[in-house]
Parts: sequence; structure tokens; C-alpha cells
Amino acid sequence: MSRTTLLALQILVAVICIAFWHIFATYTFFGVKLLPPFFFSTPYDVASRIVRWFVEGTIWKHLWITLVEAMLAFVIGSLAGVLIGFWFARKPAINSVFDPYVKMLNALPRVVLAPIFALWFGLGIASKVALGVTLVFFIVFFNVYQGVKEVSPTVLANARMLGMSERQLMRHVYWPSALSWMFSSLHTSVGFAVVGAVVGEYLGSAAGLGYIIQQAEGVFDVAGVFAGMFVLAVFVIIIDMIVTAVEKRLLVWRPVAATDAR
Amino acid sequence: MAAVSGAPAATVATPAVSLKDVDVTFRLANGGTYTAVQRASLDVADGEFVAIVGPTGCGKSTLLNVGAGLLAPSHGSATIFGSGLTSLNRQAGYLFQAEALFPWKTATENVAIGLEIAGTAKGEARDRAQTWLARVGLGSFGDRYPHMLSGGQRKRVGLVQVLIRDPKILLMDEPFGPLDAQTRQIMGNLLLDLWSADRKAVLFVTHDLEEAIALSDRVVIMSAGPAARIIGNWKVPLPRPRDIGEVKLERAFHELHREIWEALKDEVMKGYQQTGGG
Repeated sequence: MSRTTLLALQILVAVICIAFWHIFATYTFFGVKLLPPFFFSTPYDVASRIVRWFVEGTIWKHLWITLVEAMLAFVIGSLAGVLIGFWFARKPAINSVFDPYVKMLNALPRVVLAPIFALWFGLGIASKVALGVTLVFFIVFFNVYQGVKEVSPTVLANARMLGMSERQLMRHVYWPSALSWMFSSLHTSVGFAVVGAVVGEYLGSAAGLGYIIQQAEGVFDVAGVFAGMFVLAVFVIIIDMIVTAVEKRLLVWRPVAATDAR
Repeated sequence: MAAVSGAPAATVATPAVSLKDVDVTFRLANGGTYTAVQRASLDVADGEFVAIVGPTGCGKSTLLNVGAGLLAPSHGSATIFGSGLTSLNRQAGYLFQAEALFPWKTATENVAIGLEIAGTAKGEARDRAQTWLARVGLGSFGDRYPHMLSGGQRKRVGLVQVLIRDPKILLMDEPFGPLDAQTRQIMGNLLLDLWSADRKAVLFVTHDLEEAIALSDRVVIMSAGPAARIIGNWKVPLPRPRDIGEVKLERAFHELHREIWEALKDEVMKGYQQTGGG
């Protein structure tokens, strides 16, 4: 399939879905409206709401706040995940001691932490960042841990025979392997950073995309909820495209098949 | 059996590698032990090319790992140029059977790394790596990553990765095992070519008797495992320089091959039965 056909088909899917939405929200069939506008709004209302947000410029502030929260959560969570993952992988004793607690914390649904973080860090950015960090940390942590553990024994033996010291092994073998695993989970961890930010905003905040959606929902403004969802979806897609571009640069040494199969 | 006398070859100088009465015993998960190699003694003179041949799973690689210092013998000793080996063998370069290149480094970086970690300036290390790559016909492949190279090309990068450090001893563990017949022949000739420039001591492990005879000065035969022993030792009287394709057509080659094969085939059959034909 050529690129243009693919793009055309992808657009077609959206057009059909929106057309159905429009038809069932506007016209009555056999005495019933399948998608009552009170619950489902209409494509036109949602679109005009989005346009208004951007024309009036009110949306930028919220987008910016969510972006900052997600980025901070990603950076802090990744940093902590890389350092602790590396440390645990190289020191099996420490790993054994902390293992049950790591599993326990990871099993905990992070949403339940949101109220506590709101209490601890207030309703500002910090509590959302904290929530995002708890999500990102574990993904990066497990990947880095795996990356260090799964270094090929032959590559390791080769590095030793080439005369590498412990420190050089870290730099030339363990580190690149760990980072490659971390980068391969980049999509997931960036996604979770956004999730942490939005969920945190939704549960208590004064700004951000989650806040917009929550506010609209509070006054039964379904158009506002849908508009917020669309903006959020596009926001995530754009971030994902940036991640893909970054990934292509960072993992040039990987076989193409492995990078594409995500 | 027209073998050369069992232990040291006719050299007066200190051997590059000397294994004496080496036993290697592994502890098994179920608490038992497995003796891979028993009472193996082997000397490799400086500048000598020795091939170890034996049936599958006979502990050839185990013996090589002892020489590399990757594995400590449970009995006996390994001596490198007269001094006992207690940790990694710093004088040796090791060419592995499996993929051993760093996948996150380009060919040039892979070759240069051995110099860089020894303190050579990056620029100079890269320049020399480039020169070495050119010597094995990979001059224009320097910026490729291992996955962009063919199996034979990767082996060539691996070979120069080891040779650029100029080790006194070269340990090779079935390095051309995974390659097809033509590529093996090309790699063999390439190896002989590079080796003849500055004869290092080579210990070359293979299961392929023809390859062993064509390449080496001396062929050592191991019995089937477990508790494999060295059971034979033949000098290869073929003149150098050799071309692997042509040397295989010579009469002397065939006679030697027949002679060694007589001794080897029983062990090969034993080895097959023990490994279930695998």
C-alpha cells in the first residue's frame, strides 16, 4: 500500500465515524435519536468549541501546564528509574532485599495515590508531577534492570578479553544496553507521564487539560468534555511523533524490524 | 599411530601457552559434577598455529577458555610465556564463535574500542581501526552497525577487533563455524594472510578436520566427552604459504587426513551416541 492510499484510508475512517456521529445525533430514526446531543453532543458543537478555545487562546495555558507536568514527570521518573534500576541490577543483594517492596508498590493502582499527593504537595503542579513520576519510574526501572541483566554473555566476555576494566564495562557495555531497553519503552513511559498529569489534574487542580474536562463534566457540558478529549488525543499523538523521531536517532544501531515492531 | 610425541613440541623456547594436566569440572544444578576435560596437556610454541579438533561437545572450547583465563582449571595449571595464569590472559586475543561485537557501536568503533580503552587517543584509534578494516576489505563499511553487515563481514570485523590490539596469542573458538563453505574458505585464507605477517601463537578450535589441517602447523585431537582427553598430536608437513582451496587437493593433505581420521572417527561416533546424534 502506498503512503497516499494509506493516508486516504486513515482519513476515511475518521470521516465515516464523524458522519455516523453527526447523523445519529441530528436525525431521528423510528422515533428515537440514537445519540441524544445532551449525552453525546454533536461534531459541529465539539469542533466549534475547539476552534473557540484556540481563537480565544484560553487553551494554550492549559496545554502548557499539562506539557510541563508530563515532561517533569518523565524526566524525574526516568532519571530515578535509570539510576535505581542500574544499581539494583549490579547489586543483587540490594535487589533481593527490596524486591517484595518494589513489586508491592508497582502493584498498587497509582490513582489511589493522587489524593495523598494532593495533600502532600498541594493542588499545583507538584502533585501531578509526583503522580506521573510513580508511573514512569517503574516502567523505566524494570527496563533498565532487564537491560543490564540481559547483556549477552559473549559480548561481555569479549569486552573483558579486549581488556575492559569494571568501569569501562559500565560505560561501553552495561550502560548502552540499559539505555537501549529504556529507549524501547520510551513510548510507554512518555504516555504514562501524560496519563499521570491528566489524571492528577482531573482529581483536583486549577489548570491543565484534565481540569478542563473535569470542569465541563461538572456542568454537564458534554461538548466541552469531548472537545477536551480531542485536544488531549491530538496532544498525545504529537508527543508520540516526537518520541518516534527521537527514537529513530537514538537507536540507529538496531535492526529495522525490531524498531518497527512496536 | 604416527603421532608426534604426546606433550611438548620440539621447541626449546618458552611456549606461548602451556597447559599442564588440566582438569575442568563443573558443578551441576542437581548437586553432581561434570568433568569436561581430564588431564589435558598442551603446549603452543610462539609463532605456532595449533588446531584442536574433536567431536561435538568434547570440551575443546572449555580448554580454550582455560587458556584465555575465562575459566579456572580445577586441577593443573595454565602458563602463559612462562608465568602462571591466575586471571584473564592479557596477552591473548579471543575470537568467539557467537556474535561478540558491540551492537551499539559501528564497525570502526568496534575495532577502535580495544585501543581506546588502553588509552590511545580517539582520533588515532579510529584512524588505525579504519586501516585495519581496509586490510580485510571493509574500508567502506566503517560506519555500519553490526546488524547491517553480513555474517562473514561481522567475522572480519571481529578478527580485526582482536588483531588491532596486537595480542601475542590468538585464541579462536570455531570462529568460522556459522559461515557458509565459500565464506569459510575466504576467511581461512584471510586469516593465514594476516597471521603470516607477524606469526602469533594461535590456538584454533574447530570440529572440521579439513579446516584444521589446511590452516595449522599441528593438529591436536581430543576424545569424546565427558572427561575428554588429548589423544593425538600430528604435525602438518604442508609448506607455507598455503591457499586453503589448493592445499586440500594435495596428496600429503589426503594422507594426513586419512591418518588422523582413522584415530578420530571412533571418537566422533562415541560423541554422537552421547549427545544423541545432536
